[in-house]
Amino acid sequence: MSEHHHGHDHHDHDHHHDNHFTDMEARVKALETVLTEKGLIDPAAIDAIVETYETKIGPRNGARVVAKAWTDAEFADWLKRDATAAIASLGYTGRQGEHMCAVFNTADTHNLVVCTLCSCYPWSVLGLPPVWYKAPPYRSRAVIDPRGVLAEFGLRLAAETRIRVWDSTAELRYLVVPERPAGTDDLDEEELADLVTRDSMIGTGLALSPEASR
Amino acid sequence: MSTCKTTSPLAASAELPKSPEGDPVFAEPWQASAFAMTVRLHEKGVFSWNEWAEALSAELYKPGRKADASDYFDCWVAALSRLVAELSITSSGQLETLTQSWQRAAEATPHGQPIVIENDPLR
Repeated sequence: MSEHHHGHDHHDHDHHHDNHFTDMEARVKALETVLTEKGLIDPAAIDAIVETYETKIGPRNGARVVAKAWTDAEFADWLKRDATAAIASLGYTGRQGEHMCAVFNTADTHNLVVCTLCSCYPWSVLGLPPVWYKAPPYRSRAVIDPRGVLAEFGLRLAAETRIRVWDSTAELRYLVVPERPAGTDDLDEEELADLVTRDSMIGTGLALSPEASR
Repeated sequence: MSTCKTTSPLAASAELPKSPEGDPVFAEPWQASAFAMTVRLHEKGVFSWNEWAEALSAELYKPGRKADASDYFDCWVAALSRLVAELSITSSGQLETLTQSWQRAAEATPHGQPIVIENDPLR
């Protein structure tokens, strides 16, 4: 799947068409600018309110994709080959027709997704991006020191585990498929989906163990 | 992950999309921002619940709405824009200028950099 990997070194030149605001995105930013200038709102307070209302719906869609991949080898295969079509088959499509790429964690490889722009976040499967995901320090540090960033999230990986950092763009967005936790053989798809957290699909966490989810 | 406890009366806005648990549902981040800004302005007493409800319903009942209501938050943003213009906080002209400025700023920002309005080459 390395053909999808966007090396970080070639973002420093000639990538000037990655960013685009839709009319509504720009209108909301305009309101935010004027209201901030007038001292009526401050962006931190707005982020805090958004966080409060962060919906559980979005990440649930992604969790169902992951749970299906765990239980259905054919679907997993399809997801690997053509994530856009496999995800769309479950009824989850991006409104802007962006392409999806699923990256699978294995025993020796852990995947982590970054991007500072909320326009690069796969809302259709993950819901709203968390505030930290949009913060510039997360992206820059995740690229330089992914192991350190993961440790801050409480995720300590074995030294020999390889970490791949995937840089989302507006055209191609990544979904991490975490490893299926041990001791889940007798769970059905719906129960498995409960173990798949938003962070595990960004790569800053792992899927929950059945004990931890209770 | 935070659980959603709806405290603002704005969550009772007409036709607001809700999850089975009764929390507002947003399809895209800008919708959540628009909702949050409105909640904040109402909390600060910039406008009353009645003023908001009137502005929103004026937009929701305009002809030409989409049958699937996917333009609900477009109406929300239009209502908020009109209300802040009526309250002389800004003008529709200023909002239009800023909207275009943000669009140019986004185009001019390389991938991986935060989009800030200062990146608008014409600003």
